[in-house]
Amino acid sequence: MSRIIEFQNVSKAYGDLQVLKHLDMHVEAGEKLALIGPSGSGKTTILRILMTLETINSGHVMVEGDYLWHQKVNDELVPASEKHLRKMRENIGMVFQQFNLFPHLTAIANIEQPQILIKGVDKSDATNKARELLALVGLEEKENHYPHQLSGGQQQRVAIARALAMDPKIMLFDEVTSALDPELVEEVLNVLRLLAETSDTTMLTVTHEMNFARDFADRVLFFEKGQIVESGPPNEIFKNPKEERTRNFLRQIIGEIP
Amino acid sequence: MDQVLEYTPIIISGTITTIELTVASAIVALIIAFTVGLSRFSRFAAVRVAAVIYLEFFRGTSAIVQMFFMFYVLPLLGIHLSPLLAGIIACGFNLGSYGSEVVRGAIQAVPRTQHEAATALNYTSYQKFRYILLPQAIPVMIPTFGNLLIELLKLTAVASLITISDLTFMAQIIRVQTALTLEPFLVIMVIYFVIASCLVAITDFIAKKIAKGRNLTIRKGI
Ligand SMILES: Nc1ncnc2c1ncn2[C@@H]1O[C@H](COP(=O)(O)OP(=O)(O)O)[C@@H](O)[C@H]1O
Ligand SMILES: [Mg+2]
Repeated sequence: MSRIIEFQNVSKAYGDLQVLKHLDMHVEAGEKLALIGPSGSGKTTILRILMTLETINSGHVMVEGDYLWHQKVNDELVPASEKHLRKMRENIGMVFQQFNLFPHLTAIANIEQPQILIKGVDKSDATNKARELLALVGLEEKENHYPHQLSGGQQQRVAIARALAMDPKIMLFDEVTSALDPELVEEVLNVLRLLAETSDTTMLTVTHEMNFARDFADRVLFFEKGQIVESGPPNEIFKNPKEERTRNFLRQIIGEIP
Repeated sequence: MDQVLEYTPIIISGTITTIELTVASAIVALIIAFTVGLSRFSRFAAVRVAAVIYLEFFRGTSAIVQMFFMFYVLPLLGIHLSPLLAGIIACGFNLGSYGSEVVRGAIQAVPRTQHEAATALNYTSYQKFRYILLPQAIPVMIPTFGNLLIELLKLTAVASLITISDLTFMAQIIRVQTALTLEPFLVIMVIYFVIASCLVAITDFIAKKIAKGRNLTIRKGI
């Protein structure tokens, strides 16, 4: 296995608020990772840094062996240019808590447009791929609907299809069911379970759904205050956590004492 | 009133001039509004500053003075504009400055999350503007543009002061020639009102047409 993502001593602050403190973290290619931890512990920040939506203050982030936030110019590391960031973004896709579909485009156009504009795919190929992916997420009937005509769960499945259409090597899911009504959560989680089983894309998901994390993840990372407290396979973390802090968190969130 | 009716031809001619002035100024204003409004988002500081200076200058000084400047002062600098052209430029530049704020505001009103979604899909900043921000911002601009268009129509009345033979100018002529005051101004007020109502109807039509696309359940072709 090869390391597809590596955080090396990464720190990140918003003003005075130190969110990540000398974080070291790595992800193997193809790994399915669940990031859990209390709200405010920096999980979203990690995904946003990987998606280049948030800069880092110090340290290095490596993606596919290349610096994400830096580039080498004459053997010197300098902050990444927009051009370098665009190249790095080709590897990465993200699905957001609030779906963030483009409201002026139909479901299928949401999936077609980025393929056509960014990957230079032919219109007909983009349509075919969009249809395949809509079928994968169970929405082939809804291709001509605008986002406002879809339920939250349906919008989120379109958003997943849109991200998949770009063939990223790394997919980031940030609490993709937190904005959904409870009865719509499973339809989205089932899509993610399916992806975890069938795809060799590297996936990082932030989630508060512990049953889902257990099915989805090869490895679970428990975060607190911007640091990894504990990391291991779901069986270990959920059944037999070593750290008191992990145990407290799980006790609060699933109400049972592991 | 009969006396005023004799002047129907010049009232019609004034109406046509007013409409021409309004439409031509509106086109100028629209071009300025987008140029200046979009410049506010330029990555070059000089472009952004130039846009702000333009905005503050034309918004901050009186339209009448701007028109007088174009008509009376520019010739002193060797630039001779016809009255109509001076009127079009002054009205267009003036309204364009207000319009640029509408463009800027509507683009800024697109939620940050839309920018982020586009970045996550690796859109360039141009693609983001062209395919994500503008299509969402333009429908928001249209009602406010409609209000500005009415403002523009009203502003064109000022152009009579630089000898443009628009409706207001013609009303003055009738007043001088017939010594009637109420009738000519009553007539042109009605005409202004009718033109304004047409402009409102046109903007409503455009607004509806644009809104319709988004609510269509069945996508036509592409
Ligand atoms: N743009 C921002 N500006 C200021 N503070 C922020 C910003 N984004 C996140 N934070 C703060 O950083 C901390 C970590 O946030 P986040 O990464 O969203 O945590 P999590 O996803 O684990 O809940 C929180 O205290 C949050 O309030
Ligand atoms: Mg979060």
